[in-house]
This record gives sequence, C-alpha cells and structure tokens, in this order.
Amino acid sequence: MPSVLDNEDLVAMHCDMIAARATSDRLWSLQRQGRIGTIAPIDGQEATTVGAAHALDPATDWIIPQYREPMALGRYGPEIMRRFVAWAIGHPAGGHIPEPHKVFPPQISLATQILHAVGLAWSIKLQKQPGVVLVFFGDGSTSEGDFYEAGNLAGVLKVPVIFVCSNNQWAISTPTSAQTAATSFASKAAAFGIPGVSVDGMDPVAVYDVVDAARDRALAGNGATLIEAVNYRLGAHTTADDPSRYVPDDELAWARERDPLVTFRRHIEDRGLWTRDLQRDAETAAETAFDEAWAWASNLPLKQTELFDHVFANLTTRQQAERDALHDHLGEPR
Amino acid sequence: MSDTFASEIAAVAQTFAGTEVPTDPGPPTGDAVSKSRQASGDGLSDHPAVPDGPMTMVAAINATLRSEMARDPKMILFGQDIGISGGVFRATDGLQAEFGSDRVVDMPLAEAAILGAAVGLAAGGMVAVPEIQFLGFSYQAMHQLAGQIARFRYRSGGRFPMNITIRAPFGGGVRTPELHSDSIEGQLTNIAGLKVAMPSSAADAKGLLTEAIRDPDPVLFLEPLRGYRGIKGPVPYGEYRVPFGSARWATSGTDVTIITWSYQVEVARRAARELAAEGLSVGVLDLRTLVPLDTSSIIEAVEQTGRVVIVEESAPTAGFAAEVMAVISEHAFWSLEAPPVRVSGFSTPYPVGMLEDTYVPDVRRIAAAVRKVARISP
Repeated sequence: MPSVLDNEDLVAMHCDMIAARATSDRLWSLQRQGRIGTIAPIDGQEATTVGAAHALDPATDWIIPQYREPMALGRYGPEIMRRFVAWAIGHPAGGHIPEPHKVFPPQISLATQILHAVGLAWSIKLQKQPGVVLVFFGDGSTSEGDFYEAGNLAGVLKVPVIFVCSNNQWAISTPTSAQTAATSFASKAAAFGIPGVSVDGMDPVAVYDVVDAARDRALAGNGATLIEAVNYRLGAHTTADDPSRYVPDDELAWARERDPLVTFRRHIEDRGLWTRDLQRDAETAAETAFDEAWAWASNLPLKQTELFDHVFANLTTRQQAERDALHDHLGEPR
Repeated sequence: MSDTFASEIAAVAQTFAGTEVPTDPGPPTGDAVSKSRQASGDGLSDHPAVPDGPMTMVAAINATLRSEMARDPKMILFGQDIGISGGVFRATDGLQAEFGSDRVVDMPLAEAAILGAAVGLAAGGMVAVPEIQFLGFSYQAMHQLAGQIARFRYRSGGRFPMNITIRAPFGGGVRTPELHSDSIEGQLTNIAGLKVAMPSSAADAKGLLTEAIRDPDPVLFLEPLRGYRGIKGPVPYGEYRVPFGSARWATSGTDVTIITWSYQVEVARRAARELAAEGLSVGVLDLRTLVPLDTSSIIEAVEQTGRVVIVEESAPTAGFAAEVMAVISEHAFWSLEAPPVRVSGFSTPYPVGMLEDTYVPDVRRIAAAVRKVARISP
C-alpha cells in the first residue's frame, strides 16, 4: 500500500465507487421504465475511473471522459452527476458542464476525444498553465485511427496528457482478442515513444498509483503516458445490449469475484476503516445524491426553440428566420 | 499522402497561373448591392490608399496571417510543412522565423490529428489556425470536422466555442494528382456549425481571413489553387475586415446575373466581358461566404434581371448551386424570367489532369449557359 494515500482517501474512493454503482443502477432502472434513453452502465469500471480521478487535482487537471465515466467523478463535485443525469434524460443542459469544473461533456464518437485531450494539453503547455489532461477511452477505441494519431502527436509534442485505456474486455460483443494481436494495449505506447503501463483496473489504489506517477511525469515536462487499466465489464454494454449472447458464464463468474465494490470494501474493512453501518450510510448517501440530481435534471425548463442555442455565438440570418418560423409554428413564448 | 506531389503542384500552379493572371478588381467599386454590406458601412470610402500596388492572393494571405499573429499572442498556426518550408504554396512563408516554432508548428502527417488537436486547443482558449494541405484530404479528418469541431459549442451549451479557422487550398486547373483539386464546399456547407468563406480576390482574402480568425466560431477558409498567384489586386492597407454574409457585385450587368464564388468569379467575369461584345450585359455576384449566405443579395440579383446562371466547380448533385437554386425558388420565384441554369462539374469524381479542363467550368460553358438563359422568353 503506497504511503501517499491516507485512510481518508481510501474511504473517499470507496464512497465514490458506491455512488457510481448506485447511479448506474438507478439509470438502468429509469431506462427500463422508459423515462430516459439508452445508458451505458459502469459496473466493473468504478475502480479505474475513481482511482484515476483521485490522483488528479480538480482545480488544475482536466478529465475528458467517454460516456460511462461521468457517473464516477464524485471527486469533481456533484455538478458532474447532475449534468450527466440531464444528459441521460436528453436535456441540452446535460452537455453544459459549467466553470470551474474541468470536465468535458460525454463523447459518443469513440477515440475522437483522445485527440482533443492532446490539443488541450498542448494549450496548457503553450500557456504555461499548471495541470494535466487525463482522457478515458476503451479497448475498442484503440482500433481507431484517432488513438494512434493522438498517441503519436502527444509523443512528438511532449504534452502533459495521460491516456487511460479502460480495458473492460469487450467492445459491445467484440472481445479484445478480436480487437488486437498485441500482447497488451499498453504495449502500443512503444509506437508513440512514450511509456506504457498495464495496471489492475479493479483496484483503485493500483490505478491511483500509476496515474499519480504519470501526472508527476507530465508536470515535470516529460510528456505523455499510456495506462491500460485492466478491468471487466460486469454488466451489459448498454441498456440495448444482451451480454448473455456472448459473455461466457464462467468468465463472468470469475470477474464477479473481482468486483471492485466487493474486494475494495473487504480491503478497507480488513484495515479497520469500514463497517456495515458505514456501508449502509454510504449507500443511502449515494441514493440521496442521485435523487437530488434527478430532481434537478427533471425540473430543468426547456423550450423547443433552444434547438438553435449555441450553434454559433450569434445566429445567422437563416437560423434566425428558421427559429422565428418555429416559434410561430409552436406558439412558444419568445 | 499529399506531400510527395505538393511542391511540384505548387510549381505547376505558378506556371498555369502565369498564363492567365486575371486582374483583380480589388475592393468593391461602389456597385455593391447587399443591404447587409451597406448597413455595415463597409463602403469603398473607408479604404485607405494602397501604398504597395497589387498583391497576389497568396501574398495577401501571408500578410494577413502575419499581422493577426502579431496582434493575438494566443493564435497558433499548425499544419503539414507550414513551418520551415513555409507551406507548399508558401502561404506561411517566413512566419516560423518570425514567430517561432512554438507558434508556427510543423505537424505529423495526420489530418485528423491536426483538426482533433484544434478542438483541444480551442477549448483551452487558443485561437487555432490549422492548415489542411489540400482540401480533398480533409476527408481523412471528416469525423473531427463534422462530428466534433462543428458541434462542440453546441454540445457543451456554449462553454467551449471553437475559435478555429481551417485554411485549405482546393480547386482545379493545375494538373494535380487525385484529391488535390476537389471542390467539396457543397458537402461542407451541409454541416451545421461550420462557416465557409471562399474569397475570389486578394482584398477579400485579407478581409475574409481577418474576419474568420476573429470569429469565435469555426470557419473553413478555402483558397483556390489557381488563385494563389493567378489572382492579383490591390489590398487595403491596415485593418480590413469583410463581414460574413455580404455578397458583392464583381461585375454589374442588367441582362443576366451569374452567381458564383471563389475562382469561378474570375472565370465568370471573363465570360461577362466576352458576352458584352455580343451586346449582353452580364452581372457577376460573388457570394464570398456560403455560410452564412447573403440570401437578400441573391434575391435582389434575381429581381434585377430575372435571368440567372449559377457556376460551381463541384459535382452538381446536391452541390451548393442547388442550394442557391432552392433559395431562388423559395424567395424569388415570381421574379424569374427564365428557369435558372447551373454550370457545374459533372456527377463524377474529380478527374485526372487530361480531363479536368472539360470538368471545370470555363468561359465557353458559362457563356453558352448565359446565352441560353438570355434567349428564353417568359
């Protein structure tokens, strides 16, 4: 156990993982009730996301998520969860994560965000700002050209970026064996001239340690690191997926033994930091936090003509005409 | 991809340009009709004298990039071969020496990396001015362009504006290998969230590029290959901005109106001169920006003559000329004296060199279309 993490940190990480799982479960159930759209559960990837986030300083360091991670970013404040719930509902405010939260909106076009991270880290370097950029993506995304272009560019520019490949073994139904012939995803760092490291992504402390080291490296001006956090997708890809068609039962049973919410709880209990009562309190707090986020997001006002908001700083003449016509058609107040 | 041929093309472009050298009319000469232009007070009288004589379009672009770089320390230029080499057309010549390799950056050969990094730079508060060496290669970054740059402000509810100006040469007539000449503005204008500027003169290159760089939203600034050295004209000294969405009359005329943009403005003006000898008075309306589009100038132009020819270098199917036709049908139908006619490339891929003079609209095809439109009686 590294000395940098104190008992309070361990407990905080566990609470964030509980909140992530609770959020994921609640969103799943809301989708099944037809109250929100498709959602991708986080089951099995909590330790990777939470461990990485805890190694960052929310005041200076950016997180660029894919689409599961926002529900595990308690470290970056309750606003992230509120916005994510709004995003899941399909409200435009869901993509607006306000200042000063250094988090990008969820990304759906996979691997594109890895290049955004390199560009953002480049801007940090050019403006001599403190901080690093950490970007999440999956095992499937490493097959995209943008992954290679981003790794290559980060190597050339030596920018303060941390690539976290959350390898959950499945890109929907495609196993990693069909994704790459490489021995590991971390080994791909060799092509970029940057260090690559594989870590147990079911252990938040292990993830914390490698991200912490990568952050030190980036802050020292030594550039990018590729981290492969090896975890397992314990649930479905999304609410639209049926993993029983392709995930082998024995493999899933093996992975469930390693569920970070179970193993890490055991770990902090063994250290005398956690009890059944604390667990119950943390679960209740997570439900309450979700209730609050849900209440906030479901009560956001919305006019249909917000369709035109934020395409450009100012509407073009044509957009103005279209919006005026829509106003008239819908009879919405201006 | 492109760099193998790029320097050769640059040389060929010069050769071809040398055979045409149309004289650019410079800033509009008082016959601008656009209400938006007049409203903006952007009249000729505002232009100070031009001290240094005419400039080529590429020189105007170079000078504009230099002055904008000097003005805004947050601005960064990046692209393939733009630094020490000064760009394959020399558009960025001398800028790395002046502003340093941190601000004028040679990039790895990866278009998606160039445009994807632009997203992050802009989100981080920089003014990003990437170059795509040839517009046809933007296909290799279309997911970043259409899927990311165009919608990042929208997706983030306004938090992350994309102050990005993408410069890219395009257009035919210089015997390039594949994909160096394609005019894909019709495809690009269909992407909501991008602005598209297509200058036809050295003065407009300066005015529109300045406007693009200072615009907080993403702009595709498309530079005609043949225009780099083939278009020459006076350029206003000092600060000069051309507001987007303000078409101009490149030539005025009362019988038929040609509506076009970029290098085809030059070709259309030559056609107009030829037709003047036959007694036809032909006006040429230069749209300057396709997004935003100056629809009111298009409508006024149709109201003036009732006879319209639209010229574009791209394939006609769902091209931008079709959009202009739609605007005319919706807003100026009852002013038409004859059905509008398009002069376009063809519904084929952009061809190899020995076929391109047939593909790209020329004076003959434009003149034939104008004669046809002029003859029709309502």
